[in-house]
Amino acid sequence: MTRKLMMGNEAMALGLVENGVSLATGYPGTPASEILASVAKSRRLRTDPIHVQWAVNEKVAFEIAYAGSQAGLRTAVSMKQVGLNVASDPLMSAAYMGTAGGFVVISADDPGPHSSQTEQDSRLMAVMAKIPVLDPDSPAAARRMTAMAYQLSEAFRIPVMLRPTTRVCHSRQDVAVDAEVLPGREADFKRDPLRWAATPKFRLKLHGELEEKLARIAAWPETAPVRHNPAAGGRRALVASGVAAAHAREALASLGLEEELPFYQVLQPFPLHTDFIDHLIADYDEILVLEETVGVIEMQIADRHRTRGKWTGAVPRVGELLPEAVFARIAAFAGRDVDVPQLPAVPGRRPTLCPGCPHRASFFAIRKAAPKGIYTSDIGCYTLGMNLGAVDTVLCMGAAISQAAGFYQAYRHAAKPPPVIATIGDSTFFHAGVPALIDAVVQQVRFVLVILDNRTTAMTGNQPTPASGVGACGEPLNAVAIEPLVKGCGVGFCRTADPYDVKNLIKLVKEALAYARQTGPAVVIARHPCVLEEARRTGRPPGPPPVVTDACDGCGFCVERFECPALVMNAEKTRVDIDPILCVGCNVCIQVCPKGAIEEAKDR
Amino acid sequence: MNETIRQQIVISGVGGQGVLFVTRLLAEAAIEAGLPVFTSETHGMAQRGGTVVSHLKVGPFASPLIRPGQADGLICLKAENIAAHGPFLHPGGWTVVNSQADGPGHVDADRIACGLDDARAVNLLVLGFALAAADEAGKPLLFCSPADVQRVLQRRLAQRESALKRSLAALAAGASAAKVAI
Ligand code: SF4
Ligand code: SF4
Repeated sequence: MTRKLMMGNEAMALGLVENGVSLATGYPGTPASEILASVAKSRRLRTDPIHVQWAVNEKVAFEIAYAGSQAGLRTAVSMKQVGLNVASDPLMSAAYMGTAGGFVVISADDPGPHSSQTEQDSRLMAVMAKIPVLDPDSPAAARRMTAMAYQLSEAFRIPVMLRPTTRVCHSRQDVAVDAEVLPGREADFKRDPLRWAATPKFRLKLHGELEEKLARIAAWPETAPVRHNPAAGGRRALVASGVAAAHAREALASLGLEEELPFYQVLQPFPLHTDFIDHLIADYDEILVLEETVGVIEMQIADRHRTRGKWTGAVPRVGELLPEAVFARIAAFAGRDVDVPQLPAVPGRRPTLCPGCPHRASFFAIRKAAPKGIYTSDIGCYTLGMNLGAVDTVLCMGAAISQAAGFYQAYRHAAKPPPVIATIGDSTFFHAGVPALIDAVVQQVRFVLVILDNRTTAMTGNQPTPASGVGACGEPLNAVAIEPLVKGCGVGFCRTADPYDVKNLIKLVKEALAYARQTGPAVVIARHPCVLEEARRTGRPPGPPPVVTDACDGCGFCVERFECPALVMNAEKTRVDIDPILCVGCNVCIQVCPKGAIEEAKDR
Repeated sequence: MNETIRQQIVISGVGGQGVLFVTRLLAEAAIEAGLPVFTSETHGMAQRGGTVVSHLKVGPFASPLIRPGQADGLICLKAENIAAHGPFLHPGGWTVVNSQADGPGHVDADRIACGLDDARAVNLLVLGFALAAADEAGKPLLFCSPADVQRVLQRRLAQRESALKRSLAALAAGASAAKVAI
């Protein structure tokens, strides 16, 4: 038996491929991004074809995969939790209509949050949609649960959610890799308009069917909770799911409670098995529930006076449920007085844009061109433009443009309305920016949109965008260019520039502002490839760092306003040095220094 | 064979330093030795120069995270992180740290990397040091040897000759710094 080190996301991908997935889609988002790329990699385990694709957004990804299921194939869609918000429209409806082939929706949650706008719990979306959800505790479990999810989906003709959290997605474990691989099926769409195109009258019937399905799923033995220690007795029980259950296993062992405190692991938090609820209420006086991030299991245990959890305040409702918190809660529940060391709250280093990142140059130019502007921005590496004082708002994918419109309307009748400048990345523009731009054109919103086009989806690990012309498996595809798209939306001013030429970009943004004041939306496309992606793609070593001359008097302008991590003020605050390890030789700082103290390196 | 081995190690640094790579090399060395292994990593925003930390657990564990006060060792690529991540150690846990200061477990990897003309080698230098270092009783700190990690590197970088050469040189330079320190 071969064992391989596998990230949770790779393990789920392997599970999909082994279980006959024929169509897999997604939109990148931490912590889910590697799932689809790994399906692309392990598709070679199969002899039949698998269609693997990044979609323009999660809603489109969901609908493509769902239609594949309607055609009888096993399909899957993966995204992060806030992506599921975007895909929630088809999700709610798909739950009513049901499925033909097995359909797995992977929605990765991010308690912490480590890399997300919210700590929302996708399991609550499953509750709202009325579909079952599985909650893995490790990469190996996540892989097993893909098989379980397909069986469940096909047994009840219902979409099934697999809900990993960051600690499942981004942990690695040794996983046995030589399992049997199921081939996919041939597409075979069975026409049934009463179901697949149901009118409201039939939706009522479908809703009734859905409720019946849920009742039967709540009795399905395959996904029933697991009792880890049948010998343990007493009137108190511990119930946990997901990574909290993994932490609980270790905590019980180190507290010596393994054979004392009855411990149940829930695999399917919704619908919680009916027998299980009855058993808990019949046999225990106190039940501690550990789960992330909302008390979904707890909610379903009807007797609130017996439960201890998120709703009762026994378990914190905010933040990740770390092993020390799990340990402390279990110890207290079992009446053990133990000392639980905590990490001190040390403010770590804040993240910054990479040295040489083209976004830094763009933000610098934007602030120069409109120092008193309102800067709306969006989701991506460029959120870090905050460090440069050029990002005032970040809401959700695509909102930079609609918020710019909102600010414009809010100040419309003011004596001196401030200029409004929105920044959005290329991938985010395609994802949700286009409808907002159309709206802004219609409403003649006088703002400037700077599209930060770095030719990739950088934040999540450089996935292609619709403008890249390559697919998830590296195959050549059609590319959609940004300029004609912008013009097609009806924008009259659309110009492109390389942000590395800072002076030119400042000039262009000023022109755009002048146009916007008179006419309506103006778009500037700041185009330069992501340095990380470019280095990886070309393998070219970075250029030599520029030199700081004696003209540098330590004024700190470049450090504060440009904040390239390679520019370091010396301890005496008398001059800036360039860290040769970090610098990539982009030479943009030369244009930034007001004293002209940074010069291009002479040939080495 | 190795059923009794249990080791929990925290690896810490800042985004871009290669914390993930060090974690992976050790995890794969564990698998080659037939040991169960669990790691947990930082991805996303923090990878852009923010504080990054990995947890590595070798042996029969269920959870991917290390509780504060439970780690056997800390491999620290950035000395400033000691304040934040030192408390992961249990009393008597060891630290290997990239630092200009002198002290047990200290190695000035930034300086050695400049000497090698390979600025990005810091992570492997510190790893080489940790692999070759031993406690007061002369027992190696880590569950695996420099040779074990060399083998993993040879496999992972088989297609990339110059990267392999650079990596092995960095690992060896770190290891010899440890020998001098002892
Ligand atoms: S990954 Fe690319 S886009 Fe993101 S900060 Fe670094 S250089 Fe900029
Ligand atoms: S050239 Fe200047 S701006 Fe570019 S990476 Fe080096 S120090 Fe930073």
